[in-house]
Amino acid sequence: MKNDTDEILLTANKLRWEVGENFHDSILESIYKDASEISSKVVIQDGEKSKFDLDRFIDRIVTGKWTGFPIMFILLAVVFWITIVGANVPSGWIASLLVDTLHPLMKNFFNSIQIPWWITGVLIDGAYLAAAWVISVMLPPMAIFFPMFTLLEDFGYLPRVAFNMDNLYRRVGAHGKQALTMSMGFGCNAAGVIATRIIDSPRERLIAIITNNFSLCNGRWPTQILIATIFIGGTVPAYLAGLASAAAVVTIAILGVLFSLIVSWGLSRTVLKGEASAFSLELPPYRPPRLLQTLYTSLIDRTIFVLWRAVVFAVPAGVVIWLVANIQIGGLSLAEYFIHTVDPFALFIGLNGVIILAYIIAIPANEIVIPTVLMLTALSTKMAMGAGAGVMFELDSVSDTANILHAGGWTLLTGINLMLFSLLHNPCSTTIYTIYKETKNVKWTMLSTFIPIVMGLLICFFVTQIWRLFVA
Amino acid sequence: MNLENNNCATCPAHNLANLVKLGIDMSNFDYVVALAGNPNTGKSTVFNNLTGLKQHTGNWPGKTVGRAEGAFLYADKRFKIVDLPGTYSLLSTSDDEEIARDFILFGQPDVTIIVVDATRLERNLNLVLQVLEITDRAVLCLNLIDEASRHKIKVDDRLLSRNLGIPVVPTAARQGIGIQELLKNIHDVATGKFICKPHRLSSEIKNVSRAVDELNKKISFAFPDLPNTRWIALRLLEGDQKVIDAVRSGEIGSLRPVENFSE
Repeated sequence: MKNDTDEILLTANKLRWEVGENFHDSILESIYKDASEISSKVVIQDGEKSKFDLDRFIDRIVTGKWTGFPIMFILLAVVFWITIVGANVPSGWIASLLVDTLHPLMKNFFNSIQIPWWITGVLIDGAYLAAAWVISVMLPPMAIFFPMFTLLEDFGYLPRVAFNMDNLYRRVGAHGKQALTMSMGFGCNAAGVIATRIIDSPRERLIAIITNNFSLCNGRWPTQILIATIFIGGTVPAYLAGLASAAAVVTIAILGVLFSLIVSWGLSRTVLKGEASAFSLELPPYRPPRLLQTLYTSLIDRTIFVLWRAVVFAVPAGVVIWLVANIQIGGLSLAEYFIHTVDPFALFIGLNGVIILAYIIAIPANEIVIPTVLMLTALSTKMAMGAGAGVMFELDSVSDTANILHAGGWTLLTGINLMLFSLLHNPCSTTIYTIYKETKNVKWTMLSTFIPIVMGLLICFFVTQIWRLFVA
Repeated sequence: MNLENNNCATCPAHNLANLVKLGIDMSNFDYVVALAGNPNTGKSTVFNNLTGLKQHTGNWPGKTVGRAEGAFLYADKRFKIVDLPGTYSLLSTSDDEEIARDFILFGQPDVTIIVVDATRLERNLNLVLQVLEITDRAVLCLNLIDEASRHKIKVDDRLLSRNLGIPVVPTAARQGIGIQELLKNIHDVATGKFICKPHRLSSEIKNVSRAVDELNKKISFAFPDLPNTRWIALRLLEGDQKVIDAVRSGEIGSLRPVENFSE
């Protein structure tokens, strides 16, 4: 047996010289020849192709030199505008049901059957309220945003985005397909990191992995939308508020894309040196999206899936929040200790201790940043709301949220910095774990984790200094 | 009475009831089915149709990374189905192409479904011909026929089937059209009811047919069970490291012919 295989390999080596270098090409040639012969026999084109090709016409506009990018931005802005305007009302309904109605009912029930106060606190004021808050804040925007995004995807718009972005990515030394993985990252960074498998070159794949976090993910959209509505929408007349907030969110998203380009450029000039490799991207035909099916799958697959994940992470986080707010040492809770210690540094870079603590508690899931921020803010300002320390609040309108934040000393600058920091901070723990699984390398995982944090702190610092110079 | 039974058995509508989507329950399967094709031809949609799973589909190439697996039950046989990443060829060395190629070669599927875009048949056939060089049990799923008719393109599926030597099933997977017919053909090829006579590259490659023949003879002698010795010969001549390694380690010899695989 061994002799047989050796002889085969030897013969192959000998014959390889005889068949010559053009061997590969002649195989390809014969494949192409047969394919074209067969298809010419079996394909019948009825009549002349019509002069006007709708697909080509659309492509010329959405991938045009001057029209491509503006259309991209406008489409994004429209999607966010519909999301922001549409999500407000159902959010209020869900909050009033889950928080205003069910929460007191459950609490009274627990009290009536003599459950110790701290168990009620952990379970009802911590875990349940965290989950309820996440659902009411996240469900409506996701239920609007995902179907619209999926419709665009089904229609065939994503490859056009990649086509538009390809040139930019190539010029910074990254792979054009990174535009696709970046788009996936807008849904979920962990999914985006896995999607980088479509990039063959390890160097370019690493760049795509490290920079994927600059795509705002699901968990961060609600934060962006809420903060933009309160702080950006609040600076303009009411009838422009929706538009201004949408524009602000789009700006942050585009900033993210810019940062991903800048960091890709930096990486491909330093630790990941190399030339961008060429690839061919096929622009698939536009297909009329299937409305009902899209609605169904995007609601079930994406919305419920993401929501479930958020709830799963929110429950333990709720417990943690309740605990740090209620465990006291020398008259001060753990949360207050931390906030007071970090505040000087945090205020220096235009954030505050509450935001820093919230981002630490929210490492498992970005989704719970806002609830955590609100709870901690109210706690640290000793606002007499809710039912004691560590209880997430019943906020059935955006203006209530705004009141708490303003009371906590938040300004337009804090809002802008939070939006920037929400874009530029460490990936959630799921994404970090996924990066490790995909790269099998601690160094790249650390780099992916810390590059955004350092950038976030630096940029918040500079924005704050400039703001204080010119505005304040 | 007898006649009526026969009619029913061949009618796809009757067999509708025979498909049981098993999702991810892949225990005790009788046959392995691979799903190959160019990017963006609707492989994942076909996969979802057969398994009842909801593998995310999207209108862009490269959406499926790695491979997804599921199962279905048809005519009392359990089929395990593997959705391979979309590729344009099996020759060059990208990860996707390697995953697809390795599975068809080393995974030894009982049937390979090749999904093609009816509106871009010529380019899609390049991959089909390469798959047919590796395996001799395949079904062509001529997908997106609805798109084709929208573009006034007609494909003579019978003639295509005769040319390729494998069953050809026109489908519009997004609408679920043709799936029953596809199932029947998968079943027939898997059970050996339909014997494929796959097309092999006709125009013998200049100057090399002698070399291929010589090598082919040696390989078939060493590994009499291998169904695709000619393809192995071609790969060896091209210096495909993976195939060279498989020959050296003898792994290629442990590949059982598909007839025995399911037993």
